[in-house]
Order: sequence, then structure tokens, then C-alpha cells
Amino acid sequence: MTALVIRGGHLIDPAAGVDGPKDLLLKDGRVAEIAAPGKLKTANGAEVIDASGLTVAPGLIDIHVHLREPGQGYKETIATGTAAAAAGGFTSVAAMPNTTPVNDSPEITRWMQAPERGAVVRVFPIAAATRGSKGDAINDFAALKAAGAVAVSDDGKPILKDSIMRETLAAAARAGLSVIQHAEDTRMTEGASMNLGPMSFKLGLRGMPPEAESSIVERDIRLISELRESRAHLHVAHTSTAAALAAVRQARRNGLRVTCEVAPHHFLLTDEHVGMYSTHAKMCPPLRSAADRDAMIEAILDGVVDAIATDHAPHAVHEKEVEFERAPNGIIGLETALGLCLRWLHKEWRLPLGRLMSLLSAQPAALLGLKGRGTLAVGSFADVVVFDLNAEWTYRAREGKSKSRNTPFDGWAMQGKVHWTVSEGRVAYKAD
Amino acid sequence: MNSAATPVRRQLRVPAVPPSPFPFNPGSLLSILDLGLEGLTRLLARATALESMDPLVRDRLLAKRRVALLFYESSTRTRTSFELAAKGLGADTTLVSSLSSSIEKGESLKDTGLTLRALGAEAIILRHSSSGAPWLLEKETGLPVLNAGDGMHEHPTQALLDLRTILAHLRPGVETIAADTLAGVTVTITGDILHSRVARSNMLLLPRLGARVLLCGPKALLPEVAAATGPGVAIERDFEAALRQSQVAMMLRIQAERLAGLQLDLEEYKTAYQLTGQRLAALAPQAVVLHPGPIIRGLELTAGVADGPQSAILEQVKNGVAIRMAVVERALTASEQGGRA
Repeated sequence: MTALVIRGGHLIDPAAGVDGPKDLLLKDGRVAEIAAPGKLKTANGAEVIDASGLTVAPGLIDIHVHLREPGQGYKETIATGTAAAAAGGFTSVAAMPNTTPVNDSPEITRWMQAPERGAVVRVFPIAAATRGSKGDAINDFAALKAAGAVAVSDDGKPILKDSIMRETLAAAARAGLSVIQHAEDTRMTEGASMNLGPMSFKLGLRGMPPEAESSIVERDIRLISELRESRAHLHVAHTSTAAALAAVRQARRNGLRVTCEVAPHHFLLTDEHVGMYSTHAKMCPPLRSAADRDAMIEAILDGVVDAIATDHAPHAVHEKEVEFERAPNGIIGLETALGLCLRWLHKEWRLPLGRLMSLLSAQPAALLGLKGRGTLAVGSFADVVVFDLNAEWTYRAREGKSKSRNTPFDGWAMQGKVHWTVSEGRVAYKAD
Repeated sequence: MNSAATPVRRQLRVPAVPPSPFPFNPGSLLSILDLGLEGLTRLLARATALESMDPLVRDRLLAKRRVALLFYESSTRTRTSFELAAKGLGADTTLVSSLSSSIEKGESLKDTGLTLRALGAEAIILRHSSSGAPWLLEKETGLPVLNAGDGMHEHPTQALLDLRTILAHLRPGVETIAADTLAGVTVTITGDILHSRVARSNMLLLPRLGARVLLCGPKALLPEVAAATGPGVAIERDFEAALRQSQVAMMLRIQAERLAGLQLDLEEYKTAYQLTGQRLAALAPQAVVLHPGPIIRGLELTAGVADGPQSAILEQVKNGVAIRMAVVERALTASEQGGRA
């Protein structure tokens, strides 16, 4: 097995409490040694990455992506999706189960992780909570976990029935898995294609009320408080409303195991960005009001948010070139997350770099129990991102590695350019 | 639990909302906002000129130019008047409707538009059940697109013909449209505001001329958020109070096809909001009664009011042809004139 040295960079590893110039030796897929610059003991013969002037950090971890395989390879494949992840600095992605067919079996879970898929970074499948994600009958979580699933979710749809959600939380807790809820009371969102508010009225579109999200989060928190002894873990996916965040905040004060993630588009954009029916601003949950967006920023700065997750959702060009109401939900996000987070959360809103990197790596790793990831302590997986913290650049969707181009951030100014992404000791991405 | 929401402490700079790139084609009429006061003045003057022109002269203005009517929803007035307008200027028209075309076979709006363009269409008049469809069609084809009604969103030529009708009654002889042309005029729009593209276009147009727009209807059909449309728009739920202040009473149809499960007691509705001869005589004996059609006699207004002396409903229809002649002419000549009309 080849060894790799990353030399001359500034290592920032919040989980290990490191923030300073360090050289790293990566060997057999693990971090073998960390030393002051020029002081590595066993670097002989290793390939060298010169990280002078660059920042070195644990590889980013996105716990919410759609890789579209099996079944929707025209949107994205595991190979192209993980190539996009690597280009964005991600070394681990957790893939949602709303594929064709739905990933509700150990067979599909294993299929997704097979070497033949051509993944260049680690893929952690999230299995469907219920059969076919129909919300009626729960799956065999122990078998799914044994096959490699790291959580269960019916993402794209909620687990709506109280009894099924209660059963899911309890069974997942027994299996040692987290339950990731797509919080949307679909009874309130039928036929709706954007946030309910002045903008939806203006555009003549049916709107999704914020209560459609918050009421499910509140219901789930009630269920988990009834299951307190079980150590059940509820994770709220793509939180988009102030009310849902308030519920999470309160649940945490009450000592419940409730976590949440926020996507870059929800802390950057509002329903005004729908403009004149831009389908690249259509996703679920939708872009919300300015007050909701501000609440996302505030909760990230306050530490209520546990992870930044992209909800990377590729769709083919022709699928988005349709009437707004008919367009599928979702945007891609793997190649813009770091650039947007550094540009806005860190530079503009002064979130310390260590805390940002933690939201993009250590915390999501802890949340899903990904052992040996989210840190570069000796013995950890050699998952590393090397980036130029201060580089400013413009994102061009057509130059991306993803198969799809559906993003509202095309042409946006980014900060922080990824130079190398190393996944378990192998270079998964190298900038041109 | 909502009270636990943390107030935002900081004033943060956030990403700006980019300006709209629409319309791409200067001949397009997607929204009533595409026309400024000067554009409105020019268009209304042109409608009058075209209306009074010798049909044999008018017939040569757009001789053999090609205009496509693309209709994804049924229509009587709008389709016929656009067709008569285009033909009156000498243009060749072709009608594509969602039934009896490849749309039935699943062809996308983009592909239908590109096909029409390849067939030589120089402008497309689009009626569509999805809000925003004309924006998509314009972006994909680059052609002048005339919005003949998109979902619950806008119906700009209806607002223009409404304006022409209102001016004929309340401001006869006015030639220049200005920010105070309709100062002192209150227009009450009553009924299914939520689902009405006619209401939205009028709400965006009339206040720019100084009119006050009162919206009237039950909460289910008129959400509070409608008042946030802009200055000059307010909600008055008491129909009689609204009528008493109105120089124009615009009545709307209950759009059963868009109610989407909404339950509405029609008897209650009539009691509260029906425009009857009695109400009209008592509260607004001088007001002009408008209705974009189709009217449902005995629901939003009585047959007596529809046929009565204050009704300008058929004048509206007639004005539709004149307005649409001007709009079609603008579509095919705006780029030649080098700029936005």
C-alpha cells in the first residue's frame, strides 16, 4: 500500500483540538503520523502533496445526498455523484433511499457499496424506514444495518402515521440506527410547489405553509419524548423553518436526542429567489421567508444546528425545463457547499473556521456514528481535504463533475478552492 | 413552542435577489408590468387607431406574418379575440390546442414552442393552466410571447381591455396615461381573488394610474396576503361597504376548476357577495359593472345586472379585439422599432 505525505499545510482538526502547521503521513488508508513541519519520522518513499499555504482538514461529510442509483442513472450515478463529492471536498456521503427501486433491502444496500459502482469516496447508504417508503410497514433494520445502512429514512416523503413513526423510532433505536425524518405534512402541501406567502400569492402558485414542516417536527419530538428510555435518535433533515428550529432547540433543552441539519440554500436564499419561476429554486422543503432564512443563520451561529448537509438532488436538464409546478424538487449541492459556507458563514457572518469544519465533518460523523471519520487523529481514516482558504472563484455548473446542472448558484462567487481530496489514503480529486 | 424562536440579534448582509432577465424579447407581453406608463399610452392610442382604421388598410399591416395561438385551456373570448385581432391585421394564424395536438402525446411546452418556431411562427399567444408557463416559453424560444392567461397568475390583455373600458366611462378623451389618471377612482374586485389571474393583473395595473383597488370576498377565496401586493391595494370584506365607495365594480366567477377541494357554501356566498339590482341601485347607482367572463348568471351577479344599463361586460369583450390588435402588432414590430414598447 502506498503512503502519502501531506506537507507544509495548516491542519485544522477541531475534533482533535488541532489548529496549526502540521505534516501528515497517510498509510494503508489511515492516518499514520502527524508531526510538526519537516518532522515526520517515516516519510521515506511516500508520494508527497505540497500543501504550502493551504488548509488541511478532515474530509467533509455530507449526510444527505441523492446519488440516484439504482435506477435513475441519467440524473447521476454513484460514480459521478461521488466524483462531484470529491471535487467539493467530501470524502463521505450518506445516500438517501428514494432510488428506483427504493433502497429498502440489504441487497440494494450492499449493491450501492459494491466496488463496481465506481465510487471515489465512501458511500454510506441510508435505507428506507418503511417498505417502498410508503409509510405503512417498517423494514428489518437489523438486517439493513448489517448490510451497511447507517440510518433509516423515507426521505422525499415523511413517515406520516403516528403509529408507524413511533414504531420506526423504537425499532431503529434497538438496531442502533438514527431515524432521519423528511418533515412535511403532505396533507397541507398537496398541489403546492413553493413556500406559502406573499411570493406564492404573487406568482399564483399554491404554497406550502411552514406549519407543514414544524407540525411534523413537533409531533416527532413528542413521540421521542415518550420513548425516552429507548435512546431513540431523531434527526430532522433539511430544516427550513424558524418554527421547526425552535422545536428542536426546545427538545435539546429537554435533553432529548434530537438533531438537525440545514442545507446551504436554506441559509442563503428565500422564496424571492424563485424569481420568475426558476425551477432551479424549486426544492422540498421550499425556499422560505427571509425570517426563516435568518433563523437558519442564527441557529448555525448559535450551535443549534448539528450539520450542514446539501440535499444534493440531481435532475436532468429536460426535467427542470418545464412548467414550475411540473418540475421535480431539488438542486445539486456537493460542489458548492464548501465555497458557499466559507464565503458566507465564515467570511461574511464570522463563524470561526474550526466550527464550520466541524459542522461539515466531525459533527455529521458523530451524528451517524461514522467511527474513525471527521477527524485526522492518528489511526483515523485517511480522509482529507486540502484547500486554499482564501481563493476566490466563480462556480460554473457546466464545469462540474455532477451529471446534472440544476443549481441556483451557477455564476456565484465562492471562497475556498479545493486542491486535493483524499479518500482513505487515495487521491479522489486533484484540482487542474 | 413557537415562542422559543430566538430573535435575530444581528443585521446580516445576505445574498441579493438578482433582477429578472425577462422579457427577453421586446415584443413580449408576459406581465402587465412589462408596460410602463408610456408604453400603456402608446398601446391604448394604437388600439384606438387600429380600431377605426379601414379594414382593408389594416389588413396589410401584418400581411402574411405568422402568429400561433397555443391554448392549453379552453377559452372563448380570449382565443377568438386574439385570432380576430391577428387576422384583422392580415396575419396568418394557427391554433394549437392541448386536445388534438402532440401535447396529448406528452410533448413538452419547450418542444411545442420550438416546433411552432420552426414552422415559422413569429409570435406565440399562450394560454396555459400552469402559472409561469409564458416565461418558460419565452426563454426557450426567444420569440415574442403574449400571455393570454397563465394559471392563477396573470392575464395582462384582460387588464388592458378593462382599463380601456374604465377610461371610456370615467375618463373619456384622456390620451396620456399618467400616475394620476385614475386618482379618486375606487375599483372593487369581488369574488375568487385567490385563483384569479384577472385580479392579479388588475391589482398590478390600476394602482399605477392612481386608482384604489378594494378586494372583496371570503377568506377562503381572498387570503390576507393579497393586500401585500402593493400600495393602493386593500381588503374590504363587507361587500356593501366596498360597493358604496366604488366607481367600478368588477365581479369574478367562482372558479370551480381551481378550488382544489375547497368547500364553499354557494348560498352563503350569494347572500354576502352577489351583485343584485337592489344593491347596485342603493349603493353604487353610477358604478360601471365589469366582468371578465364567463359569467354565471344568478351566482356572482344577477341576470338583471348583467344585462342592465350599468353593465359594460360586452363593451369589455369588444375592447378586447382592439387591445389585442395593438398587442399583436407590438409583438411583431417592437424589435424592428429597436426597443421595448
